Amino acid sequence: MMEIEILRSGFDFLGIYGFFDGFMPDNLDWLVFLITSVILAMVIINALVISTALLTWFERRMLGRFQSRLGPNRWGPFGLLQPIADLVKLLTKEDTIPEGADKPVFTLAPIVFLVPALIVFAVIPLHGSSFLGRLNIGLIFVIAITSVNTLAIFMAGWSSLNKYAMFGAMRAVAMLVSYEIPMGISVVGVAIAAQTLGLSNVVLAQDIPFILVMPLGFLVFITAASAEMSRTPFDLIESDSELGAGYHTEYSGAKFALLQLTEFMAPVIVAALVTTLFLSGWRGYGPIPGPVWFIIKTFVVLFGFVWIRASWPRLRVDQIMSLAWKGLLPLSIVNLFVIAVEVFIFNPGEAGLSTRDLLIMTGINWSITIIALIVIFNVMGQSKLKRPEPVALPLANMYANTTVSKKATDLAEAD
Amino acid sequence: MENDTSLIIDIVFWIIAVSTIVSAIAVVALKDVFRSALFLVVTFIGIAGMFLLLRAEFLAMVQILLYVGAIAVLILFAVVLTRDVEQGSPFNRYLIPVLVISGLILAGVIFVITNTNWNVNSNNITSEQMTAAFVETSILGNIAELLIKKYVLAFEVVSVVLLSAVIGSLALVRKR
Repeated sequence: MMEIEILRSGFDFLGIYGFFDGFMPDNLDWLVFLITSVILAMVIINALVISTALLTWFERRMLGRFQSRLGPNRWGPFGLLQPIADLVKLLTKEDTIPEGADKPVFTLAPIVFLVPALIVFAVIPLHGSSFLGRLNIGLIFVIAITSVNTLAIFMAGWSSLNKYAMFGAMRAVAMLVSYEIPMGISVVGVAIAAQTLGLSNVVLAQDIPFILVMPLGFLVFITAASAEMSRTPFDLIESDSELGAGYHTEYSGAKFALLQLTEFMAPVIVAALVTTLFLSGWRGYGPIPGPVWFIIKTFVVLFGFVWIRASWPRLRVDQIMSLAWKGLLPLSIVNLFVIAVEVFIFNPGEAGLSTRDLLIMTGINWSITIIALIVIFNVMGQSKLKRPEPVALPLANMYANTTVSKKATDLAEAD
Repeated sequence: MENDTSLIIDIVFWIIAVSTIVSAIAVVALKDVFRSALFLVVTFIGIAGMFLLLRAEFLAMVQILLYVGAIAVLILFAVVLTRDVEQGSPFNRYLIPVLVISGLILAGVIFVITNTNWNVNSNNITSEQMTAAFVETSILGNIAELLIKKYVLAFEVVSVVLLSAVIGSLALVRKR
C-alpha cells in the first residue's frame, strides 16, 4: 500500500520521507533525509535529461516540417533514437582544451551552466502536494537560480581565450541582465494576483488561468524568457553567421554535450514554468490526472517555442536591447501597476481573489493589454525605427577609421 | 533524534563556513583578478547557505539573485574591461593601511555582535519543525511589514538614490 501511495504522490518529498521513516530506526533521521534527497535528485535529473533528449528529437523533426524537409528519421522508429546517436558521437569525440585557456574555469563552466537548470526543476509542482513546490519562496527561488547561468556563460566565454567566444559572452551578459528585469517584474504581477510566492499556491489561486487574467504579463514573460534561454529570435549570443558558435566556440566532446544539454533543457524548464505560472499547472477537467494535464500543457508551450524558432528571424544587437528597455520594461510596469491597483481595490484578504474578481480583472486587463500593445507598437514599431545613415559604398563600413574609408566617402561625394 | 539533526546541521555549517572563509581569503590572495572574482561568487553563495541554515530562505534567495546573478556579473564585466588583468590588483601597495583599517572594522563588528542582546529562540528544533519552517510562510511577511510599513521612508530614499545613480550613469554616457 505504501508504494502505491508514493507512486501516486510523484515528487512528494514527505511521501518518500515517510516511507523510509517507517522502518528506519529513529536515531538515523539524517540518513532518511539523505536517502530521500538522493532519490528525489535521481528522479529529477533523469526525468529532465530524458525529456530534454526527446525535445531535441521533437524540435528537429518539427523544424524539418516547418522547412519542408524530413529531419532526422533514420535511427529507430521516426528517428526517435537520434538523441542517443548524438550523445555517443559527442562523448566519443576528443575533449580538447585550447592552449592558454584558463583550464579550471573552462572545465567548471559547463557544470555551473547545468546545475541551476536541474535545481530549478526541483521546485516546479507537478501536482498538488508536491513538497518542493510548496517551498514558500518558489517564485524568487526560480528567478534567483536562473540568474546564475549568466555567470556560467561569461566563465565559458572568458576562459576560452577566443575572440568570438568573448564577444558571445559579452553579448550574453548584456542581453541576459536586461531581460531579467522585465521577466522579474511580470512574475511579480503573478505573485500579487496569487497573493503568494509558493509555486503550488500560485497554481491553486488560478481559478481562471492567469494567461487570461494578465495577457500582458504573459506576453512579457514569454518574450523575456525566450531571450533568457537565447533561442532563435534572441540567439545573437551564438549567432553562427557572425560569431562562429559564440561562447561555446572552443568546446568539444563531453563539455560541449553538457552545454548543449543545458541549452535544450532551458525550453523544457521555461515551458514547465509558464505552465505553472500562467496555464494553471496541474489543474484540469475530467478524469485525466493532474500530472498528465501538466505534461500536456508543457508540451503545448514547447510546441509554441519550436514554432517561434521556425518562423522568426534573428534580431540585431541594438534591436534586442531597445526591445528590452523601451518595449518590455514599460509593458511589464504597466502590467504590474494595473494588477496591483486591481488587487488593492478588490482587497481579497486571506481567501485570495474570487472567480468573480478574476473575471472582472480579465475584462479590464484585456482592454489595457490591447491599448498598451498598440501604443508600444506605434512608439517603437518598424516605421519609427531610426535606420543607420546609408553608407556611401558597400565596403566603406569595412574600412571604417582607415584612410581607405575616407577615400571611399570622398569618391561618393565626388559622384 | 534532536541530537542527530543538530549534528548534521553542525556538519553542514562547518562545510559552508570553511569554504566561505577559504574562498574569501582566495579573493584577496590570488593574483588572477578574474579568478578572485569567481571566488567572490563562492563567498556569496556560502553566505546564502548561512542564511538558509538560519532559516532565512528569502534572504538567501535575494543574496543569490542580487549578488551572484547581478553584482558578480558586473564585477566580472569590469574585470574583463580592465587592462593587464594578469598583473594583479594595482592597489596592492596599500596593503598595510588596508590591513589596519579592515582589522579595526572587524574588531568593531565583533564587539557589536558579542555585545548585542540577541533575541534567540534557543529551543532544540526537531526535523518536523524544520520542514514546517520550509513549507509555511515564516519570515517573509515580517520582512514585508518592516520594509513597506515601518521603514518605508528609508526604503523609498534608497530607491531614489538608485534611480539617481541610473540617471547619472545615463547622463555620463550620453552623446554630447
